[in-house]
Amino acid sequence: MSDRETVLGRIRGALRDVPRSETPDDVPVPREYARARLPSGTGAAGALTGLLAENLADYRAVVHRTGEDGLPLLLCRLLATRGSATVLVPPGLPPHWLKAADPVRVHDRAASTARELDSVDSVVTGCAVAIAETGTIVLDGGPGQGRRRITLIPDHHICVVRAPGQVVASVPEALERLAPARPLTWISGPSATSDIELDRVEGVHGPRTLEVVLVEDPAPEGGGAG
Amino acid sequence: MRVALFVTCVTDTLYPGTGRATLAVLERLGVEVDFPLAQSCCGQPQFNTGYRRETEPLVRRFAEVFRGYDHIVTPSGSCAAMVRENHPRIAARAFGGRRADEVAGAASRTYELSEFLVDVLGVTDVGAYYPHTVTYHPTCHGLRTLGLGDRPRRLLENVRGLELVELPGARECCGFGGTFAVKNAAVSAAMGADKARGIEGTGAEAVCAVDNSCLMHIGGTLARRGSAVRPVHLAEILASTDGGTATDGTAGGTAGGTREAAR
Amino acid sequence: MSGGTFLGMPAFPEAAAAAVRDTRLRGNLRHATGTIRAKRARAVAELPDWAGLRAAGAAIKDRTLRHLDHYLERLEEAVTAAGGTVHWAADAAEANRIVTQLVRATGESEVVKVKSMATQEIGLNQALEAAGIRAYETDLAELIVQLGDDLPSHILVPAIHRNRGEIRDIFRSEMGRWGRPAPEDLSEEPAELAEAARLHLREKFLRAKVGISGANFMVAETGTLVVVESEGNGRMCLTLPETLISVVGIEKVVPTWRDLEVFLQLLPRSSTAERMNPYTSMWTGAADAEGADGPRDFHLVLLDNGRTDALADTVGRQALRCIRCSACLNVCPVYERAGGHAYGSAYPGPIGAILTPQLRGTVTELDASLPYASSLCGACYEVCPVAIDIPQVLVHLRERVVEGGEATVRGRRTTIRPARGHAAERAAMRAARWVFEHPAALRAGQRLASRTRRLHPRRLPGPGRAWTASRELPEVPAESFRDWWLRERGNGSGGRKGREDQTDQTGQAEQTERAGRAEGGGDR
Repeated sequence: MSDRETVLGRIRGALRDVPRSETPDDVPVPREYARARLPSGTGAAGALTGLLAENLADYRAVVHRTGEDGLPLLLCRLLATRGSATVLVPPGLPPHWLKAADPVRVHDRAASTARELDSVDSVVTGCAVAIAETGTIVLDGGPGQGRRRITLIPDHHICVVRAPGQVVASVPEALERLAPARPLTWISGPSATSDIELDRVEGVHGPRTLEVVLVEDPAPEGGGAG
Repeated sequence: MRVALFVTCVTDTLYPGTGRATLAVLERLGVEVDFPLAQSCCGQPQFNTGYRRETEPLVRRFAEVFRGYDHIVTPSGSCAAMVRENHPRIAARAFGGRRADEVAGAASRTYELSEFLVDVLGVTDVGAYYPHTVTYHPTCHGLRTLGLGDRPRRLLENVRGLELVELPGARECCGFGGTFAVKNAAVSAAMGADKARGIEGTGAEAVCAVDNSCLMHIGGTLARRGSAVRPVHLAEILASTDGGTATDGTAGGTAGGTREAAR
Repeated sequence: MSGGTFLGMPAFPEAAAAAVRDTRLRGNLRHATGTIRAKRARAVAELPDWAGLRAAGAAIKDRTLRHLDHYLERLEEAVTAAGGTVHWAADAAEANRIVTQLVRATGESEVVKVKSMATQEIGLNQALEAAGIRAYETDLAELIVQLGDDLPSHILVPAIHRNRGEIRDIFRSEMGRWGRPAPEDLSEEPAELAEAARLHLREKFLRAKVGISGANFMVAETGTLVVVESEGNGRMCLTLPETLISVVGIEKVVPTWRDLEVFLQLLPRSSTAERMNPYTSMWTGAADAEGADGPRDFHLVLLDNGRTDALADTVGRQALRCIRCSACLNVCPVYERAGGHAYGSAYPGPIGAILTPQLRGTVTELDASLPYASSLCGACYEVCPVAIDIPQVLVHLRERVVEGGEATVRGRRTTIRPARGHAAERAAMRAARWVFEHPAALRAGQRLASRTRRLHPRRLPGPGRAWTASRELPEVPAESFRDWWLRERGNGSGGRKGREDQTDQTGQAEQTERAGRAEGGGDR
């Protein structure tokens, strides 16, 4: 008998107390928890973005807020302040984002090795969704985000989030927007560890500096910015 | 209202003053209390050590002895928790049927003293007087299984003359744990020592709890450390009045309570 | 069958007693658990619907466990459809054999590892070493343990027993033997220690061809695996190598993608007391092209190793809900003083005390002592994000130890015998039960104790020494409550049920009453 049959057989033997007629859905799962603790929607957009900024900063991400027009100059300034000579550019990143930036652009190609990526100073990406309640950005490898490794090996990651469009309130709302088949990376602040005396220290293997740029679209009519 | 006192084997044998104090408080509040002599032990020591089969007759006995009473009151959080939480489970598995129903019924009518005073009688001021500084240790089964919450504290806060001081790390177990105290004596003693240090640090004259078993461990640890802090059961504080104690007067009757072991 | 490293350890009470005497260890543990306890409480208090999340988490796990075969088959289908390969391992030996063969097939002789409880449980590193394959642990705490030739003592922070000074010393003396040495002037600042680990491990990540991981969750519906971490070492191991092998316990499956919304809220707050941990990776199957995102070869090894035995126990089954957050360790007063090593398994603390005896059985003295490694204070149950009633399972397993009975061992229903070494205790419990069934005898005993109370020693010999070594004995009163009541109130009016031995076992009761009278008679 294969181990597969052994294990499945043991499971069925172990579950003799479960009536044969019972289906998984017969086991009740109460969902008495909030979909979100802040209301989403146009009116609440400002509050959501504010909470996102607050929670990102609480875990030592550096947060910047700008409008669409100010983005290229802001990115130029952030890279210059960092002193980056090279910046990784994922496929599909809107070209105008980096039009003012000085560093040499390094395009991520399938053939790029991990060692090559290790020599790049910074990476600029977009994201798929951002979660206000937890201060999390999620990348799904879509346009402007690239392979998972490019936001891992360089020591400096700038992530651009469109608000309110990409901002959701909660983890449940984020999962609804994400496609499970895509490789996903959830990022909440820079790399950290609690392994020394259970106290949090920022900066281990991932980027030690995470900067998040919240690009706020003009408020739609009737919608307050909070 | 037919009320029975379940005094518990530990209090019966080692701390009869707590039993008399419980009786005194209830009678002062106009409750007529009966003490069924056929009572003994809730079976907690056996059950918690793994001897379920030895527990079963005691579970059955409890329900029989206290049949017909509206309320069963006990000066012990852990014994009340044993009866309420575990008796129905044990009976359902061992007996089933009517006998299990009877056990579940007795369990649902069982109250720890502070619960009975606050929830059933609706009283938080029992007219007690106890001019001492006291710190309160919430024992684990009262705290977590019964959910006593602030009931004991509310009773203490209404005792005239009593100054209640906070116990740091109050919610942490004192390390008694029944047979744990001897099976894992080193860890139990370390927990007890930390608890004792916390109690001593409050500057209180007495440490109060709703369980004599935990107080036996805490008091024994304090005494071995040469500490002057007295262990005192909640019932004994509540029974004290400015006329001394309101119990039968046989136990010395100082405001320090009727606790014999504290001498 | 266990991680070989823990073999031959003494029973819990002896190991714990040694730990209690280690003042540095106690200081380290007190500091670390104290820090995290307060933080966890704050992180949980932020969510007003925590109780609802907890109930949902428990229910989702129960649903999964009651239909585990169904969900594992769905998972297998989904992972296979996404280009992964699924292997099944009934025990540790089989899992180790599968992984060793998979690594050998790549031609590599070293692997990088993400911290994984399952691989610790099966002793994978030792098995790989025996096959000439070096496994590098990349989690900071696991690195500390590996460099220090030490054993893990905590689920989340395996090196919790080490303080910063000890970590600095280990890095300075050992890093050079494994790769890039630590800087000469390394201080004990946590940030500097983290930097040293970053530099030491980076060269290993960049050249790694094979990664080995566990997983926090596996989604049956989609075939997605989830790894929750903080440092980025997980991301390195999961994305850079060409081959990824994940060894995961069968109980880690959850039914649907949506179910993650519960666990991704429960886990970080319970574990590191964060709203969200720094990095969570989710992947489904293997990358479909060279240079695409992630490993081209993905192998999932589904591990039983005793889990189905726990599943067969309707009380013990709930231990399989565990999401390895370690909140129960951090809050446990026994763990804080005994340390993790005393539990003799990859799973220390309260959850280990109920998991290890179910995975390994209660045959050894150590495993039989684990259910007793608790004062039953219930703090673990209170903080458990999936509501495992740990005290209930502890008592249940104590019953298995002292009374024996039906249990499933390696898939077979077996009647196990009571563990040895409990004969005296069993006799005492039986005698106590008999006395409690015959209150006249109880009263006689109380009177005897009262009459002789001035003769009682302050320190007891034999087993009683365990009490009197640190505590005074209570003084026996002159009169029990029962006697007082009989004297004061007992004359006719006292007690509607005046007879002590009134039970339905009439014959036996009458006998005892006579015995009681005879013994107690001398008093009157």
